[in-house]
Amino acid sequence: MSILVDKNTRLLVQGITGSAGGFHAKGCRDYGTNVVAGVTPGKGGQTFDNTIPIFDTAHEARHETGCNATMIFVPAPFAADAILEAADAGIELIVCITEGIPVIDMMRVKIALAGKSCRLIGPNCPGIITPGACKIGIMPGYIHKPGNVGVISRSGTLTYEAVWQLTSRGYGQSTCIGIGGDPINGTSHLDALKLFNDDPGTEAIILIGEIGGSAEEEAAAWAQQHCAKPMAAFIAGATAPPGRRMGHAGAIVSGGQGTASGKIEALRNAGIAVAESPADMAATLIATLKAA
Amino acid sequence: MNIHEFQAKQLFEKYGVATPKGFPATTVAEAKDVAAGLGASHLVVKAQIHAGGRGKGMFTSGFKGGVQLCDSTQQAAEVAGKMLGQTLVTHQTGPAGRVVNTVLIAESVEIEKEFYFAILMDRGIAGPLIIASTEGGVEIEKVAEEMPHRILREPIHPTLGLQAYQARKIAKRLGFTSAQMPKAAKIFLTIYELFIACDCSMVEVNPLVITKTGDVLALDAKFNFDDNALFRHPDVAAFRDIAEEDPREVEASKSNLNYIGLDGNIACLVNGAGLAMATMDIVKYHGGEPANFLDVGGGATEQQVTEAFKILIADEKVKTILVNIFGGIMRCDVIAQGIINAVKAVSLPVPLVVRLEGTNVELGKKLLAESGLPIQTANGLTEAATLAVAAAKQQA
Repeated sequence: MSILVDKNTRLLVQGITGSAGGFHAKGCRDYGTNVVAGVTPGKGGQTFDNTIPIFDTAHEARHETGCNATMIFVPAPFAADAILEAADAGIELIVCITEGIPVIDMMRVKIALAGKSCRLIGPNCPGIITPGACKIGIMPGYIHKPGNVGVISRSGTLTYEAVWQLTSRGYGQSTCIGIGGDPINGTSHLDALKLFNDDPGTEAIILIGEIGGSAEEEAAAWAQQHCAKPMAAFIAGATAPPGRRMGHAGAIVSGGQGTASGKIEALRNAGIAVAESPADMAATLIATLKAA
Repeated sequence: MNIHEFQAKQLFEKYGVATPKGFPATTVAEAKDVAAGLGASHLVVKAQIHAGGRGKGMFTSGFKGGVQLCDSTQQAAEVAGKMLGQTLVTHQTGPAGRVVNTVLIAESVEIEKEFYFAILMDRGIAGPLIIASTEGGVEIEKVAEEMPHRILREPIHPTLGLQAYQARKIAKRLGFTSAQMPKAAKIFLTIYELFIACDCSMVEVNPLVITKTGDVLALDAKFNFDDNALFRHPDVAAFRDIAEEDPREVEASKSNLNYIGLDGNIACLVNGAGLAMATMDIVKYHGGEPANFLDVGGGATEQQVTEAFKILIADEKVKTILVNIFGGIMRCDVIAQGIINAVKAVSLPVPLVVRLEGTNVELGKKLLAESGLPIQTANGLTEAATLAVAAAKQQA
């Protein structure tokens, strides 16, 4: 079992004719994802890689192929429009990989999506993968292994690090979800945690956070009340100087809020084991599993 | 990105935010012209640097205070002469201080009362939030700590924007009289318009004042802009003053590298922002001090890796370099070749520890081993951090 994506996922790629979009569309297809369509305005009627039909609009793609998920590689100035188009076309799962979208654009997208039945993952994220079934995103597929650990993270390579630690120790993953490093995003730590909590195929959860905001604290407070599954966490950015944006637009400590120590304390107070070192993310979870 | 006060004033004027008249000057002659042109009996001369605490700051020349009140054109020019080209040290600049290249000369107003007014993009509500207080002119963090009841918070609807009734409500709650309220509401609304139009992440007006003559003015302001949106604001991007930035960061930004200078002696080169932060953390965890945050991104080229090495090596504090790469889409053999070429190009003055993991890792390690270069290869994050910390201690 898994969350959000599986063998039944029919994927659209918005921005499929761009270099990154094309490269990763092939990467996802090669992993086994059912890539059914691409969208590039102005290139409707052509095919991608001689097999995947390209449409001018997401509506046509939805109507013609029944796609139920989309992966967005549209450049940042136009990415908000692409998200709204996908939502308007009725596509259930929208995964936005694009980095560098203005915050005001995401603010408007967030309010526009409120109350709609679609789910947005990202932006500025590596995507989501259910090992052995479906990969939507830029993560290297082979480091994953089917299993029952759910992984939630804001970052890309740090997630690969955690996944690789799990896989090397023989622990597979149900689904790994990168929620993205931007201050305003579609799916929060808490949203992902709730999905994993309800998924019978997920038996344990790793939550990876970083400085900035209070999403990790909110997830911790909820977990304490509602989540009985073993959990481990890591928070990146303990050594980051205040007031500076650490690569991710959302990774900033401002006015004493959003510090690593505050988040670690909130997680520990909720009974969640927190790895001291990023080398120990999997080991911390495994120790929790063995103690349970 | 931050801007100078005189640039903030230009934005205020463009968007109709009431503010005292004032202009920048970079020479004494210019200062004299500006002061004479203002035609005001009371003037203020302010050193323009990107740091707070200017008023209480001290110039290395011994001249005290980066904000001076003057009563004549002549006096304003003299004061400008004592500031321009001098180094101002404040509690925010560090002991090295900042060179003052520009002063702002503005008309000085008689203040009846000071307020604090800020708009920021709040991630919790996923929209703009107004924070205002009757306690203006002091640090808001201090007010938050000592008198939290004196701070009011007004969330703004992301698409409707600040409504007129909200502006009036804030004015009344801050204690403006019925007669003063329209002027206060107008300044709040114009500041909000500017905030949205320029893709700000924060506008902090401190103080916002009511003058003895009943005008409501934005006296001093601090702006932060959303770097992601600068592409659609070339006028704002032109405000960038690289003299105010860490030269290492300026160099890195030319190669599209995400670099932030720190004070330690272990330089880090990492792919991905989250892993780059975690690498700094693990260095510290094992008793070392990171010299920087450096994310070369997911698709770094050999050229970028070489430029990154040059920046790390140019930093005299650096005693060891730690490379931590998780090759996903990016292959470890490509990274290894980039490192080898970079090291050959720059000649390495300090130990280099490399940890590679992921796609084609064995091939990458083999390339490093066969290069004959003095590179320590680490297996795993922990070994990489402990090797780097040990090497830095040996060098120190």
